[in-house]
Amino acid sequence: MRIAAGVERGPAVTFSVDGVAVAGHIGETVGAALLAAGWRDLRSGPGGGGRGMFCAIGVCQECVVMADGVVREACRLPVRDGLVITTRRLRDVR
Amino acid sequence: MCADLTADLVVLGGGPAGGHAALAASGAGLDVVLVDEGAAPGGQVWRAPGVAVSNHAALGPDHRAGEALRAALTASKVRVLAGHRAWLLQAGFTVHAAAADGAARLQAPALLLAPGTTERVIPFPGWTLPGVMGLAGATALLKGNRMLPGRKVVVAGAGPLLVAVAASILKGGGTVAAVVDLGSMPEWLRGVPAMLGRPDLILRGLGWRALLLRHGVPYLTRHAVLRAEGDNGVASVTVAPVDGDGAFEPGGNARRFEVDALLVGHGLVPASEAARSLGARHLHVPALGGWVPELDGLGRSSIAGLYIAGDGAGVRGAAAAALAGAQAGLAVAHDLGRIDAARHTAEQAPLAARVARAARFGRAMAALVRIRPGLIAAIPPEATICRCEDVTRAEIEAAFDEGARQIGQLKAWTRCGMGPCQGRFCGPTIEALAAQRGIAAEAFGPMVARPPLRPMPIGTLTGDFDPAALTLPPSLPSS
Ligand SMILES: Cc1cc2nc3c(=O)[nH]c(=O)nc-3n(C[C@H](O)[C@H](O)[C@H](O)COP(=O)(O)OP(=O)(O)OC[C@H]3O[C@@H](n4cnc5c(N)ncnc54)[C@H](O)[C@@H]3O)c2cc1C
Ligand code: FES
Repeated sequence: MRIAAGVERGPAVTFSVDGVAVAGHIGETVGAALLAAGWRDLRSGPGGGGRGMFCAIGVCQECVVMADGVVREACRLPVRDGLVITTRRLRDVR
Repeated sequence: MCADLTADLVVLGGGPAGGHAALAASGAGLDVVLVDEGAAPGGQVWRAPGVAVSNHAALGPDHRAGEALRAALTASKVRVLAGHRAWLLQAGFTVHAAAADGAARLQAPALLLAPGTTERVIPFPGWTLPGVMGLAGATALLKGNRMLPGRKVVVAGAGPLLVAVAASILKGGGTVAAVVDLGSMPEWLRGVPAMLGRPDLILRGLGWRALLLRHGVPYLTRHAVLRAEGDNGVASVTVAPVDGDGAFEPGGNARRFEVDALLVGHGLVPASEAARSLGARHLHVPALGGWVPELDGLGRSSIAGLYIAGDGAGVRGAAAAALAGAQAGLAVAHDLGRIDAARHTAEQAPLAARVARAARFGRAMAALVRIRPGLIAAIPPEATICRCEDVTRAEIEAAFDEGARQIGQLKAWTRCGMGPCQGRFCGPTIEALAAQRGIAAEAFGPMVARPPLRPMPIGTLTGDFDPAALTLPPSLPSS
């Protein structure tokens, strides 16, 4: 959920996640904009269970997604218009 | 594309420690490059907001300290290389860093490491569910994105971040179902004498407590998370009373809260891998968060030309980090012959007393987040310890039963710590499990610090880097 008080959000952008359009603002990370959209599950762990942002600072790698075809940390990747994200959910299930 | 830069000093990390180290060294006449993976300097506690903030006053002293540091760096001659992640350090010193759109190779006769910490979270069933996040990590979302981690949350764990995070969530318009603190009121009060040197921080803490009271948020001392549950993400959190050692009270009254996020953290661990990758001598000091470099009083490590400052050298808090950074920055200027001994002594003098006072406060806070053996013992066998490789406690205990006595053996036998986070999140727990078997941390050893220092998407590692130049530290025997 976005904090409203005392914050001036950047211009609105739309990016896609697994084909679904998600709204964000310049200055936000992909992970944060997804949280605001109620989207917590970003990938599957080795046992198949869902995983989402955990450390939020680019260390744990729980939030990695494919961004325009490159592996990136959703917690550090800034949103931009037209960004194409694919999550790694249910893909690496043993 | 690889940019080559040379300088007198490279500073790795632009938090309170690295920022003030760079300013002090630059002020003494050194040519300084400051590298940080963040979009702007500030580090964790003084994080720069990614979104524009229209009401700066409401953000409090940490935000203002960050703005002041960023302004001072801009006004200085320090060359700031933001958005660059250092992934390989070589003796002499060369720092290889990668950015989203290129790479940089930095060369300098002196290297100052100020990489800060990562968070320690003691596992419990359900801690891998989406929506369960680190307590310190939550501050990154709150500060960087001005985003609430959830609409209704439980804040759990230990230490001063509990009230800080709970208060920020309330101020941001969220609901805090409960604060769940391993510590007790008497433990907090024991820290008071050390805190008296920082009345500003005491007042801020009391203000946060008052806000929790006004919102009627239950504050459960001597409680811990028993489990988190949910289908696609956390939906409920069950907590129960613990004793002073963190062991769940038999027959204790468990309580369940429905939430969409759980923020949980049990302290911070110094990011020692950069210094260890260069071979600097380290000691295991639980009161400082784990493995810390052996330093003289001014940040000089066991390797000539290598300096370490801030929470990455032992958790003492932001105020102490900034002062230790300035001390180390001046020491570099002195050691490189840029300032004479008299000026060095004169400039160090006022810092020493202040750093001692700040560190006392930091140590009182650290006592609150000490590892509690009862909480470690209570981790059930089926709980995941290593998130990356889904290794359970039962698998780790089986390896101990079979005779594993060193971290290297445990990794090879169970795959714990072999995943992309390189053992940063399971390491402290595995060390605590080893301690319960009577294996000393020194014998067990830290995880071998291998490049990349921080995880890297593989594309960024290529370029004109020669793999033969890699100097890998020796591995521990695996059998
Ligand atoms: C996620 C998190 C949130 C925290 N929030 C708070 C808070 O709200 N309040 C509080 O009092 N304390 C907080 N802390 C505690 C914090 O450690 C100290 O208070 C303080 O920030 C320490 O200052 P420092 O300069 O030593 O390290 P940091 O402030 O952690 O600065 C280290 C810097 O080094 C950079 N870095 C590390 N490794 C690399 C690399 N390989 N390449 C490039 N850059 C690198 C990091 O991006 C970071 O900017 C937090 C800690 C963490 C881990
Ligand atoms: S949440 Fe840990 S790397 Fe992004």
